[in-house]
Amino acid sequence: MPRRALAGTRLRDRRLQAGVKQADLAAKVGISASYLNLIEHNKRNIGGRLLNDLADALGVEQSLLSDGVQASLLSALQDIAADSEVADLERDQIDEFASRFPGWVAQLALQHRRIAALEQTVGGLNDRLTHDPFLSEKMHEVLAAVSAIRSTSSILVADPDINADWRHRFHSNIDTESRRLAATSEAMAAHFDRLGQRERDFIAPPEELALFLEQNQYHFVEIENGGPDMIDGLVKAAPSLRSAAAKDLAREHLQSYARDCARLPIAPFRDAAIACNFDPAALAQQFQTDLPRVFRRLAHIPSSPDIPPIGLVSCDGAGAFRFRKQPPGFALPLFGAGCALWPLYAALNTPSFAVARRLRVSEGGVFQGYAIATSENPTQIGVTPVLTSWMLLVGVDQAMEQDEADGSVLPVGSSCRVCTRKACEARREPSILQPVA
Amino acid sequence: MGRSVLLIEDEPNIIEAISFLLERDGWTVRIHSDGPGAVEAVTRTAPDVVILDVMLPGRSGFDILRDLRVSDQTKDLPVLMLTARGQTKDRELARSYGVSKFMTKPFSNDEMVRTVRALADGCEPVLSDDDAQGTEPS
Repeated sequence: MPRRALAGTRLRDRRLQAGVKQADLAAKVGISASYLNLIEHNKRNIGGRLLNDLADALGVEQSLLSDGVQASLLSALQDIAADSEVADLERDQIDEFASRFPGWVAQLALQHRRIAALEQTVGGLNDRLTHDPFLSEKMHEVLAAVSAIRSTSSILVADPDINADWRHRFHSNIDTESRRLAATSEAMAAHFDRLGQRERDFIAPPEELALFLEQNQYHFVEIENGGPDMIDGLVKAAPSLRSAAAKDLAREHLQSYARDCARLPIAPFRDAAIACNFDPAALAQQFQTDLPRVFRRLAHIPSSPDIPPIGLVSCDGAGAFRFRKQPPGFALPLFGAGCALWPLYAALNTPSFAVARRLRVSEGGVFQGYAIATSENPTQIGVTPVLTSWMLLVGVDQAMEQDEADGSVLPVGSSCRVCTRKACEARREPSILQPVA
Repeated sequence: MGRSVLLIEDEPNIIEAISFLLERDGWTVRIHSDGPGAVEAVTRTAPDVVILDVMLPGRSGFDILRDLRVSDQTKDLPVLMLTARGQTKDRELARSYGVSKFMTKPFSNDEMVRTVRALADGCEPVLSDDDAQGTEPS
């Protein structure tokens, strides 16, 4: 069933649900019953005023009959189908399913999104457990204390006639180690508690900065309006910036932000971005500036209905993240490396050469990715360039998206650990989420 | 004078327990508690067996083991690695550097003593089922 025909089926379902006769509804909107019959059986298209009149007559929102809402449901179902491992899933009947059971489809889509969000959370926690130096150190302390207690208590049990001096020393040692174990356990519990509250006592300064930027949604209206003089006040007033190192990092970041503001004022830049459909190359040419600055500025634009999801990630030459703004639908790992297929890494191979690829992430979203790597130090003979790679991600309306079978869309993931894509040549470790063939 | 062990370990209460157990078994136990001077301590004391922790202040036990294996004087010296880190990659790394035995903390006292004896005698330690839990073959 072609997608454009779905409005007729939905109209018929709504009319029957309302208990309205076909002839009565036709008369109410001024068309013949036979014409309404053709519409309901998807043999005539509807739109515009007639669609509006029919929706009014049935007392429903026009969007419930139009393809607008349906497109999002269809897109959600297609995402679910893409991720499904069920061999005999009726993929050719997605349109029919969405048309007949929009409520169930909405519920499925909601659950699918929840699962994706949970997978993302699991990925973040897993990254944390794997790379957290505090937990690693405390686990080592726990094992050392347990070892001392086990060996010492075994001596006391195995040798009840041990002399009094040794007995006293070993009792004292067990006491010392048990206190140490208790203190370490409490510290670990407190650490987990703080992680849950996203407090930052034990985290690295870059994470404090990341939290600060996230809390401000990557946009600082004070700097947009007041320039670099506002930076100190912002940093001092930020509760998430606890350590001196994090405050220094924030100042450095905001100074760069202020320079970008001065070079590309937000209002004309935003208008130009919308006008060129967020094409960074066009913006760089229009404003006579470099791509990384355009990338950053696009990521500074506050979200609104006319702005697509925009993300930005940068890394150094070792692949370590320097900056990450996660767009909805594209999970960026907190720690470690991302997907080796990202243009972010490809750009490192060809400094100053911009890369553009359409990306479909394993969560289902489609993004236009742009990447470029630039050198932070002046080019000199015999001096290794210090590279920073930038990748801009601009959300693409999936209803407009073409199929990826022609190779125009590159399937990518977040990081291997939380990516469920199968048969990926770039996979470096198995997924923890489900078996990968 | 009996046979000697050099215990390279920085946890004082583990040092005390191991020293007690080995001295009661007739060993002379010498202690070295950090990484940087460990190789020199082995050369100077010429023990029959070295018990080597991995996580030491200043230098990793893996680096110490690697240095021991390139010296003619210590390349065949029995080394028992004793560590809280029991991950597969650590055991493989220790094996690639030529460890004689690898034991994870917490360990069984009897297992540890029997392993030290066996290493000094140049034979495989005989372990009970209860003991075998913490020992990894080299």
